[in-house]
Amino acid sequence: MKKIILFFLTLIFFSSCGDQVECCVYPEPVNVTLKFTQNWDGVPVTSSDFNDFKFTNLHGETISISDLRYLLSTITVGSKIKNYQLINIGENTGLQLNFEQIEQGTSILKFRFGFADADNKDGEYQDLNSVSFNVPGMLGGGYHYMQFDGKYKDTNNQDANFNYHTLRAVNRADPSKLIFQDTSFEVDLGTVEITNNATIEIKMNIAEWFKNPNTWNLNQLNTVLMPNFEAQKLMSANGKSVFSLGAITQ
Amino acid sequence: MTKKFLYLLSFFLLINCASKEEEIYTPIPYNLEIPALFANKLIAPVIPSNNPLTQEGVALGKKLFFDKILSGDETQSCASCHNPKKSFTDNQQLSDGINGLLGTRNSMPLFNLAWNFDERFAWDGKEFGLEKQALEPVSNPIEMHANWKNIAQKLQEHPEYPTLFLQAFGNLNIDSVAVTKAIAQFERTLISGNSKFDNYLKGEAILTSEEQNGFAIFMDEAKGDCFHCHGSDNNPLWTDNKFHNNGLDATFTDLGFGNITGDPADNGKFRSPSIRNLVFTAPYMHDGRFTTLEEVINHYSEGLQRSSTLDPLMKKVNQGGVNLTTKEKADLKAFLVSLSDFDFVNNPDFQE
Ligand code: HEC
Ligand code: HEC
Repeated sequence: MKKIILFFLTLIFFSSCGDQVECCVYPEPVNVTLKFTQNWDGVPVTSSDFNDFKFTNLHGETISISDLRYLLSTITVGSKIKNYQLINIGENTGLQLNFEQIEQGTSILKFRFGFADADNKDGEYQDLNSVSFNVPGMLGGGYHYMQFDGKYKDTNNQDANFNYHTLRAVNRADPSKLIFQDTSFEVDLGTVEITNNATIEIKMNIAEWFKNPNTWNLNQLNTVLMPNFEAQKLMSANGKSVFSLGAITQ
Repeated sequence: MTKKFLYLLSFFLLINCASKEEEIYTPIPYNLEIPALFANKLIAPVIPSNNPLTQEGVALGKKLFFDKILSGDETQSCASCHNPKKSFTDNQQLSDGINGLLGTRNSMPLFNLAWNFDERFAWDGKEFGLEKQALEPVSNPIEMHANWKNIAQKLQEHPEYPTLFLQAFGNLNIDSVAVTKAIAQFERTLISGNSKFDNYLKGEAILTSEEQNGFAIFMDEAKGDCFHCHGSDNNPLWTDNKFHNNGLDATFTDLGFGNITGDPADNGKFRSPSIRNLVFTAPYMHDGRFTTLEEVINHYSEGLQRSSTLDPLMKKVNQGGVNLTTKEKADLKAFLVSLSDFDFVNNPDFQE
């Protein structure tokens, strides 16, 4: 009996102690949800816009999207970091990422497109293997950064395929001595003021992949881009203007 | 007061009953032996919490799978179209049911089903979950053409089944739910992960230079580019279990996935099959149109048909496909064949 009383006493003691710290010194930590949205130069794009020649890139090709999935890593909100997130537009998965226990106040917001070399470990991530996001060993292994497949109207106005797949660039001029270049890149969205539970939109403008600084001509660069060292560097350069901060609701 | 007493008494009586029944039999959990390669590379298999594997459940499911009692005239079992010696498919182009009526699809091999993470089964994904899938062939008029009520009754009156059901599921009614639960348990034990190529990945076998070269063609985006849909050394399922149009037809007689989703953009799409165990599973494709692996490879190499839903991963359609040389085709085939798991088709646990 004595023991039980003692137990309850300590319980009360500890819980009241915790309360004090929370109520008076710091504001309550909050939940922050990152919401990943896509658009084509401002027009929202969801899976229901797929498989339809409704987009035109800067170079002038009409485009239909079949699959679009991409990976972000070291996603940072304030002092919290999530390792990676696979966002699949076609299947509507991974479109939100929740962070708990975020301190109120000014929070930095940044992430990396794809995996940095140190994290790009071949076969390491079971969930990504299970959805076949891997890069073949002959290209150095690891994972795709993005798999963006679709069709465009070629110069004869016939359907032609494109596989805009991004990954760590690899120069295979000498297959026995692969030369790599880390083409993942950090996207720093600056800071946001968190005052409550918040939802932060992170926008991807798909059109930018074909635009800036390299005007993409799908008639020239369409498929078999994975082993194309130069194409990978061009895609990486174009990717840097793809992401931006959207609406913040809190 | 007496009333209260009575309640109390019946209460204890009930408890007593219940615990007695538990005493009668508690099924023993079944230990699913997951190949190391699967455990390392893949997320956990799908085992519904309302149908955990038990030794009794699996044994009962196996018995039912091979028992003709599940068909209308007792001439056909699941195994009639899903023969363990053939990696649980048959060698007919289209399966025929008990009345000799031909279906429109090629029977599918059954293995690694618990790793179909989206749980969409059949060529077109029409069946969600293994338990639900097993309902269908029994009542399908061009398959086993039976009536679940009659089957339940036959099983209830059977000399052995009632005890087996009791041991596996306690007092659960012997009906379609219990039958399909048992069959699904058995199906989840059908694991194939012991081919020459698996052993090569484990460092226990050496590939011939043809097999090695064939694997490189399979993985090379500029050559076969098969890995985007059919798995890789990092995805030992050797399928993505997703729906694609791989260019078989310019117009579709079977809409496939499109029939299920109602979206014309899905017309002509079928689920990528695993490329394990191909030496046992001919003919190939949803309608069994190709009798040899050479024909399959020729299709990808120069036989692609254009259509609006053709998968963008099907390259060089204007040239009919990826245009492999004779040597490359032979090597690709050698690699495909190295994924044959003879232990699986000879596993005594899976034979009648
Ligand atoms: C008459 C031949 C026939 C019989 C009998 C039959 N099946 Fe099938 N099975 C098929 C065919 C054909 C398909 C492909 C169906 C489709 O895509 O429409 C199939 C598909 C399946 C699949 C889906 C596999 C996958 O990977 O999606 C499972 C599981 C299955 N059958 C289990 C069973 C079970 C269990 C029984 C017995 C209750 C059974 N089958 C009886 C012909 C048969
Ligand atoms: C775009 C995805 C995709 C790619 C890339 C692809 N396949 Fe397929 N494969 C499929 C689909 C889907 C089917 C089933 C089609 C059907 O039956 O309608 C299939 C069927 C097969 C089959 C028949 C298996 C069976 O059990 O019937 C084999 C063998 C095969 N593919 C090998 C290959 C090879 C080799 C390559 C590379 C040259 C390749 N595939 C590239 C999606 C793909």
